[in-house]
Amino acid sequence: MASDKFLTKALTHFVLLIGVIISIFPFYWLVVMATNTTSDILRFPPKLTFGHELFTNVKNVLASIDFYQAFFNTLFVSTVTVIGVLFFCSLAGFTFAKFRFPGKNMLFTALLLTMMIPSQMSFVPSFLLIAEFGWVDSYKALIIPGLASAFGIFWIRQFCQDAVPDELLEAGRLDGCNTFRLYWNVALPSLRPALTFLGIFTFIGVWNDYLWPLVTINSPSRYTLQVMLAQLNGVYDTDYAIIMTGTLMATLPLIILFIIFSKQFMKGVAEGAVKE
Amino acid sequence: MLRQHKPSLWAEIWKKRTLYLFISPFFLLFAVFGVFPIFYSLYLSFHSWSGLGDKTFVGLSQFQYLLGDAEFWQAVGNTFAIWFLSSIPMLFFALVIAFLLNLPSLKGRSTYQTMFFITNVTSIVAVAIIFETIFSNQYGLMNYLLSLIGITPLEWLNSGFLVKVVIASMVVWRFVGYNAIIYLAGLQNIPKTLYEAAIIDGANKTQIFFRITIPLLRPIILFTVIMTTIGSMQIFTEPQILLGNSGGVGGAGMTMTLYMYNEGFLNNQFGYASAVSWAMFIIIALFSLINWKLVQKA
Repeated sequence: MASDKFLTKALTHFVLLIGVIISIFPFYWLVVMATNTTSDILRFPPKLTFGHELFTNVKNVLASIDFYQAFFNTLFVSTVTVIGVLFFCSLAGFTFAKFRFPGKNMLFTALLLTMMIPSQMSFVPSFLLIAEFGWVDSYKALIIPGLASAFGIFWIRQFCQDAVPDELLEAGRLDGCNTFRLYWNVALPSLRPALTFLGIFTFIGVWNDYLWPLVTINSPSRYTLQVMLAQLNGVYDTDYAIIMTGTLMATLPLIILFIIFSKQFMKGVAEGAVKE
Repeated sequence: MLRQHKPSLWAEIWKKRTLYLFISPFFLLFAVFGVFPIFYSLYLSFHSWSGLGDKTFVGLSQFQYLLGDAEFWQAVGNTFAIWFLSSIPMLFFALVIAFLLNLPSLKGRSTYQTMFFITNVTSIVAVAIIFETIFSNQYGLMNYLLSLIGITPLEWLNSGFLVKVVIASMVVWRFVGYNAIIYLAGLQNIPKTLYEAAIIDGANKTQIFFRITIPLLRPIILFTVIMTTIGSMQIFTEPQILLGNSGGVGGAGMTMTLYMYNEGFLNNQFGYASAVSWAMFIIIALFSLINWKLVQKA
């Protein structure tokens, strides 16, 4: 019996470890390529171990593209979007969770229905609208359309119903808080776990977005990291060391961020799915 | 007689104006970037327009053209092939991983979860660039591995079928962990008392699996199937980075969204691109509905 249990355990870990290796291997391979020369990468059999060329490669990346600018653009757009999403979604989510007003159910149903509209439907006209506003090539095109999301409002509302007790709001009201103060001083502190998840979720999404910046941004000084990577891949298609080092430099910050927040994030993903 | 004064609807709305102000940002943004574009794209789909000059009303002719457009139908076929090649292995592996992660005595569960999920955090552009080197035609890593077991190198990116396998493998790699975490959450939500009751009633492991676990997991499976379907129907970045705007040799990697992008933003056929997006919407909606019905029945 005891050895039977041990065998099951060992087999479980064995299968899971194979899965983990397949998950992690492309990252390992990316680092291998980023630390070697292009000729080492193109060898057959390929070199499977780390090299010593990382700093040369990084220098080459920085010389061939404006990495810092693209990094700044991405960071700026992601951060501003996250701040907007957290503010607008928590305010609206709180309102939907805790107040009554005419048309509330209808408005909330409309909000849920919007989540079912596929994004490509509005793709061409949204771009034309951005062009009409004169926002092509500007941060506005990347930030404004994403400032509030139906998912975010839905998410905060679900959480708010349990996390912010009505008695607490009543007490706040007796102390003379107006509605905004109730939101800011009473509800917001209790919403922190939900806001953390929504913030990371939004940050990752904006950081990795590709198609929208690809069509709305034309000048290299406004490229986000993803568009820059695609350009790098197209222009330097024989210089793998440069492409791979650039890819590593664009990917690493987000991976580190994710690992730092992974616990809160995984909890959020799981909760969201079960609540549907 | 004292008449009960009932405030009018407008007075009530005016009294609660701050609440409407609080929810207004989303509805304003959605009106501008959600509702308006959808109707505008319907309007555009009846017009021929290059983005400059006047729009010409052409009625249904763009939809008629679409029905006979071999390239579009190839893109539809490719998209479905990629969906088929990716969704089945993805959901299967995700279920296996979730069951293993749910074993009560397992140690290191949260580390495993993070390791499996990390693929989903990576940008598709980066993934496509990395997979491009793994599956490159001559000197790729995959061909090296195959050569070790005596298989001659395959031209991954030149074969209409293998190109789809490569794209599907990227999708599987990116989303297995995500779906596994969702299944795991579903499994952990099944009340322990149900299992205990089944054991008392003398049910064996197989019976418990098929009579309790799978039925109770069904809503979650339905959710992942629908999400996977909608996601697969919109695949764009993987083929565009891997094969370029042409969709590779013979257009074998041309997907519906890539085709719409080409028509709209490379050929400046905004009217036709809008017609394509409406056709895509109808296809996705119908297909999601079929999926929904099938999974509910199963």
